[in-house]
Amino acid sequence: MDSVMSFFGLDCTKKKEKEEERHLRANDRELNLSYKYATNAIKTSKYNLFTFLPLNLFEQFQRIANAYFLFLLILQVIPAISSLSWFTTVVPLVLVLLVTAVKDASDDFNRRKTDRQVNNRRVSVLVSGELRSEKWMDVQVGDIIKLENNKFVAADLLLLSSSEPLNLVYIETAELDGETNLKVKQALTVTGEMGDCIEKLAAFNGEVHCEPPNNRLDKFTGTLTFRDQKYALDNERILLRGCTLRNTEWCFGLVIFAGPETKLMQNCGKTTFKRTSIDHLMNVLVLFIFGFLAFMCTVLAIGNGIWEFQEGSVFTAFLPRPDGVDASFSAFLTFWSYVIILNTVVPISLYVSVEIIRLGNSFYIDWDRKMYYPRSDTPAEARTTTLNEELGQIKYVFSDKTGTLTQNIMTFNKCSISGKSYGDVFNFAGQRLEITEKTEKVDFSYNPLADPKFSFHDHSLVEAVKLEAPEVHNFFRLLALCHTVMAEEKEEGNLLYQAQSPDEGALVTAARNFGFVFRSRTPETITIVEMGVQKSYELLAILDFNNVRKRMSVIVQSPEGKLSLYCKGADTIVYERLHPSCSKLMDVTTEHLNEFAGEGLRTLVLAHKNLDEDYFREWSTRHHMASTTLEDREERLDELYEEIEKDLLLLGATAIEDKLQDGVPQTIEQLSKANIKIWVLTGDKQETAENIGYSCNMLREEMTDVFIISADTPQEVHEELRNARKKMKPESEDEPTIIQRGILDKKSKMLPDETVDGEYGLVINGHSLAYALDKSLEQELLRTACMCKTVICCRVTPLQKAQVVELVKKYKQAVTLAIGDGANDVSMIKAAHIGVGISGQEGMQAVLSSDFSFAQFRYLQRLLLVHGRWSYLRMCKFLRYFFYKNFTFTFVHFWYAFFCGFSAQTVYDEWFITVYNLVYTALPVLGMSLFDQDVNDRWSVQFPQLYSPGQLNKYFSKTAFFKCVLHSCYSSLVLFFIPYAAMYDTVRDDGRDIADYQSFALLAQTCLLITVCVQLGLDTSYWTAVNQFFLWGSLAVYFAITFTMYSNGMYLIFTASFPFIGTARNSLNQPNVWLTILLTSILCVLPVVAYRFLLIQLCPTINDKVRFKVRQAKVALPPPSFRTRLRRRSSRRSGYAFSHAQGYGDLVTSGKYLQRGAISRGRGFSSSIQQRSGALQEMPQMYRAVKDASQ
Amino acid sequence: VSQLGAGTTNRPDNTAFDQQRLPAWQPVLSAGIVIPGFLLVGLAFIGIGVALFVTSRSIQVLENDYTGTGSSVHCSECVNPKTTPCTCQLNFSLSALFQGPVFLYYGLSNYFQNLWGDLSKSPSSSCAPYQYDQNTTIAPCGSVANSMFNDTFTLYQLVNATRKTVPLDGKGIAWWTDYNIKFRNPPEVDGSLAAAFNGTVKPVNWPKPVYDLDPTNPANNGFLNQDFLVWMRTAALPDFWKLYRRITEGEYASGLPAGNYTLEIQYNYPVANFAGRKSVIFSNTSWMGGKNQFLGIAYLVTGSLCVVMSAVMLIVYAKFNSPDEDF
Repeated sequence: MDSVMSFFGLDCTKKKEKEEERHLRANDRELNLSYKYATNAIKTSKYNLFTFLPLNLFEQFQRIANAYFLFLLILQVIPAISSLSWFTTVVPLVLVLLVTAVKDASDDFNRRKTDRQVNNRRVSVLVSGELRSEKWMDVQVGDIIKLENNKFVAADLLLLSSSEPLNLVYIETAELDGETNLKVKQALTVTGEMGDCIEKLAAFNGEVHCEPPNNRLDKFTGTLTFRDQKYALDNERILLRGCTLRNTEWCFGLVIFAGPETKLMQNCGKTTFKRTSIDHLMNVLVLFIFGFLAFMCTVLAIGNGIWEFQEGSVFTAFLPRPDGVDASFSAFLTFWSYVIILNTVVPISLYVSVEIIRLGNSFYIDWDRKMYYPRSDTPAEARTTTLNEELGQIKYVFSDKTGTLTQNIMTFNKCSISGKSYGDVFNFAGQRLEITEKTEKVDFSYNPLADPKFSFHDHSLVEAVKLEAPEVHNFFRLLALCHTVMAEEKEEGNLLYQAQSPDEGALVTAARNFGFVFRSRTPETITIVEMGVQKSYELLAILDFNNVRKRMSVIVQSPEGKLSLYCKGADTIVYERLHPSCSKLMDVTTEHLNEFAGEGLRTLVLAHKNLDEDYFREWSTRHHMASTTLEDREERLDELYEEIEKDLLLLGATAIEDKLQDGVPQTIEQLSKANIKIWVLTGDKQETAENIGYSCNMLREEMTDVFIISADTPQEVHEELRNARKKMKPESEDEPTIIQRGILDKKSKMLPDETVDGEYGLVINGHSLAYALDKSLEQELLRTACMCKTVICCRVTPLQKAQVVELVKKYKQAVTLAIGDGANDVSMIKAAHIGVGISGQEGMQAVLSSDFSFAQFRYLQRLLLVHGRWSYLRMCKFLRYFFYKNFTFTFVHFWYAFFCGFSAQTVYDEWFITVYNLVYTALPVLGMSLFDQDVNDRWSVQFPQLYSPGQLNKYFSKTAFFKCVLHSCYSSLVLFFIPYAAMYDTVRDDGRDIADYQSFALLAQTCLLITVCVQLGLDTSYWTAVNQFFLWGSLAVYFAITFTMYSNGMYLIFTASFPFIGTARNSLNQPNVWLTILLTSILCVLPVVAYRFLLIQLCPTINDKVRFKVRQAKVALPPPSFRTRLRRRSSRRSGYAFSHAQGYGDLVTSGKYLQRGAISRGRGFSSSIQQRSGALQEMPQMYRAVKDASQ
Repeated sequence: VSQLGAGTTNRPDNTAFDQQRLPAWQPVLSAGIVIPGFLLVGLAFIGIGVALFVTSRSIQVLENDYTGTGSSVHCSECVNPKTTPCTCQLNFSLSALFQGPVFLYYGLSNYFQNLWGDLSKSPSSSCAPYQYDQNTTIAPCGSVANSMFNDTFTLYQLVNATRKTVPLDGKGIAWWTDYNIKFRNPPEVDGSLAAAFNGTVKPVNWPKPVYDLDPTNPANNGFLNQDFLVWMRTAALPDFWKLYRRITEGEYASGLPAGNYTLEIQYNYPVANFAGRKSVIFSNTSWMGGKNQFLGIAYLVTGSLCVVMSAVMLIVYAKFNSPDEDF
């Protein structure tokens, strides 16, 4: 259901009219109200108390089936044509409407509740000169609001001022783009000066002109006019709803977009009511059935007309016609009578049963212990209970990266120190052991400042540290000194690191645990505790990271006065700058690096050198000069850095694991074996995404080629895409062949799959993707992407994620699934046929809008390969069988019409017609559809190929449906004509009547029921006790009910209702009746058995093959080896901490960075004030860096 | 280390039902079952077929069409509805004993007793258009009752040129349930059935009221008249037989001996105007009921097909048995 409403009230409302430009004035509610901008209130509920009934009923009767049953009901009330009683339709219809209405009402109630919860959050608003706590929904455009640390940003704000130096604020944007590192935003100086002075803020009357509401998260353009000065506004001044304020005590902001107009809301995509492809197919089939029904009724009506004309008119002596009824009018009435009689081809119970089956299969998902994650105590949850069978047809999986494939935890996993590799655990025989949760951890209790969450398994490294090996100490000293991390020590010994990238955090934490604790920093010093001794190093220079340098260095002076340079960076870069004496060590280290990279770890090389004091003084002077020049500053600095970062001595290498969630590579491999294509859509950087691609085994070294599309113009993107395609398939034509998907809707086109030799990968970044998603290029993109085995899109915005999904949905007749964990995945989760949320973490936004949720990516395998496949199989079996049984049931009427003057006489007792679907055949087929499995779950996982029939719609399609119809035709012919011939002019063994209507009806219905039961038995492949009980029970119930209804007692009590008195007794004691039943059922069923048997022999499906194997094995299957580590053969891919952004070095040295703990606020603040004017000029790259990060 | 205590709650139950591990029988359509199965079914069917066929052949049926039109030569003098009452004779001879007990049926063809609106309703409900005759309730009402078959038959054996009446037994020809449960006469008034039907009129087509159907036997009147009950058990198909009398008495209890017979027919029931046909049938029965060749032949054919099919499947299985390929 679309019960979905996010934590932030994610949903979109339609725009009234196109807004050209937004204009607002701070603290001027009157003016701002005149523009009628949306307020911050959010509404996602559909109904209220009064509109519920009419609206809901209106919606329900829009469903074709419901409207049809209403129509039938009306027909049945007309006595002239009502061949069946009206209650046969009204009871189930009311039931169905009621159940749906209750479900809708509860969904809407939940939405309303979440709306209210979000709208009632409190925020401080500056109203008429004072701060007041107001509800979120009362916040309006132009209000100034105050935010506090760790609070959500309530609306899209223009940052005015903050508690931090330089008017900086730190925000976490994980909800928006999935990146967990902190981002910095800075207010304009002119507004920042107001600080938290309420009077100034209340007097602030700046006017903002800016872009209308849109969904671009990375762009904002506008101007602020204040005191007759114009200031340009860009994205750096804007705080978006959905972010969280971090490390900032307070800040003030001016509301620019509110509620539904915020960028987050604009990005959330449409909530659509999801229906499965089977639903769509059913709609088509139901239409077809209506057509067929009309055809049959027409044939019968014409038959009736002819009969009336030829026979009926002369037969009037026995059945006189009512006045005014001639042959044609009689035919007309007959038409409608037959519509009622033959309506059983689409009974309501079909829809009820389908819902029950889906519900049952949803419960199985909720109950599955193998999808329960004990660590967060989270079971899987089927939040939408109407999409199960679609899980068995997935062709494309779109996955988020951070938090979905990865745990978003970086761990210091291995290292190589002066030619010795640490991190692996060996047993006594010298074999490498698998590291699991049970492996003994290194005991860091000797170090009171150690982080208890850190774990390491190789004891030899601790021994080495304790032995005070100088290289080892230098290694960790480097890690403790060379970084831009900030330490927070709220209480003694409890250190909290604020790292700009999780990689750095991991490295510093590792050093901390091994006894080199980074404790605090000032702009000039770094204080660390070295093996229990506190030392303060003087920080002389930070040679910061940037994307070209791919390394960072620090120059420090130890308390002893020794000058050293510590450098860490990408291996290739650092290797070029090593002293020749290290060459031997380099070889060994390279080996280790290869090993690390082969395990998918991110590596860094560490090096150091001691500096000569005089040289450094001289260099320092030049550095100072260079950093103050205005021309070519960056080049000159780079040169200086190059100069000093040479002749380094190699210390070793670190290997950090961007921890994948458990079982991710195995799951991906399984899914790709099942012919499911996995596309990774991430907001993260290209390098990170690629690295994860490799470590998940999606990208592999042995792939023929990996294309990287990162062009900046549409032409270049087109060129690159086409080149990639030509390389994969030189003969592929430029103009794609497009298949029109249907005859009815000309608009839907379909691109056929193109196969290529070899395996290819495609990496495309967000910038290029924006061009490629354009109408003119989208087909090119899709063709190229679909030829590749792996597609990774990086730096994509939430809406682009949805667009990619929509693109695939548009041109591929395939079922898509999107899986993600954050608010940035909401739009794609909503867009895909099936949305899966990763639950159990803090942010629940994705889960709230998802259809299914579970705690770990690896459960996707079980969800699809086991639950999905079974659900699909069961649903298809159900539909095939259900259509079969009802068509067979109905067609008998058709044949009988030729022998009863087309008078709409039913073949069966009216009671039988009423309860056939509800009682006699309801439970056995439900039992089959709830319990059936072709092979058990372990075999399903063992042979992912079993999944592919679902993707190809093998089990239920139009073809399958027509086969059903033909089968029914055959069965109904047998079911009518065998009893007909057997009863023709025959009598009981005592000479009395048996060819009477009632006996014939009983015979026909008994034959029918036994036949459909046997057919069900034939379709059931998994006979549990419940199935047996249902099947035999149904047959028993049939005879019990029949004998009861035809008994003396029932007749005496309800004379009018049970005219079939005695039929069962008089007819079912005749041997020829039973022989007829036997012959009929055998004739109906044996051809099916023969057909299926021959099919298995002649062209066995994958299912048959696996079932054959299962039967051969008979012994229990050894559990699939999940835990085996995938050995990857891959070349080294390393890089400097991937999620790193440039510019933090400056922040650190300039003292503008967050300063807590050791430094008193006053000092940090004053020093920053002194440097403020210069800092703005000094830090251009920092702003660019942040901008880079958001583009 | 799992932080899981015994008390943590969300872990699903480990039951076979929840985890979809219910023990189950998983039959497969394997050659070992299907091929012998077909063979056995085939042989069994052939056996049953032979038994049915032989039995059916042993049943004697003597059918005579007496419509009087078309190919039927009997009773052509009575076709004209104006000649009422009309009696005609149907002579036949038996060369051998017609094994008893012999049943006498009348058969109607192209006669739609199964039109909707007539029979799905019980006698008490919806009798239109024969509910009232000039505002007086008709008893019995309805078009089925109104159209009750009213030809009568008398059977004579010609012994030395004298007609000897063959006694026809009209008792117990209707279903026990129809006679005892389904139909009831209204309670007699002053010991008179006729008085009980006061205030009703006879059906339009009937020559005499319902309480006067069988003048020879006062107990066989009203709604419980056996012929009426037989007629009211409406036929499923447009061609049908209905039991008229049984020949069970006296010297004819063991059958009709060889000889010449005359059936005297009181021809009342018009069928010519809708191309219906009337016939009279003498038949005896067996354990499988009346004569029906179809069932035996159908069993024989089905059985043979099964045997053939099992052979075909055996060949296919031997030739193509390779479901264990790579996949």
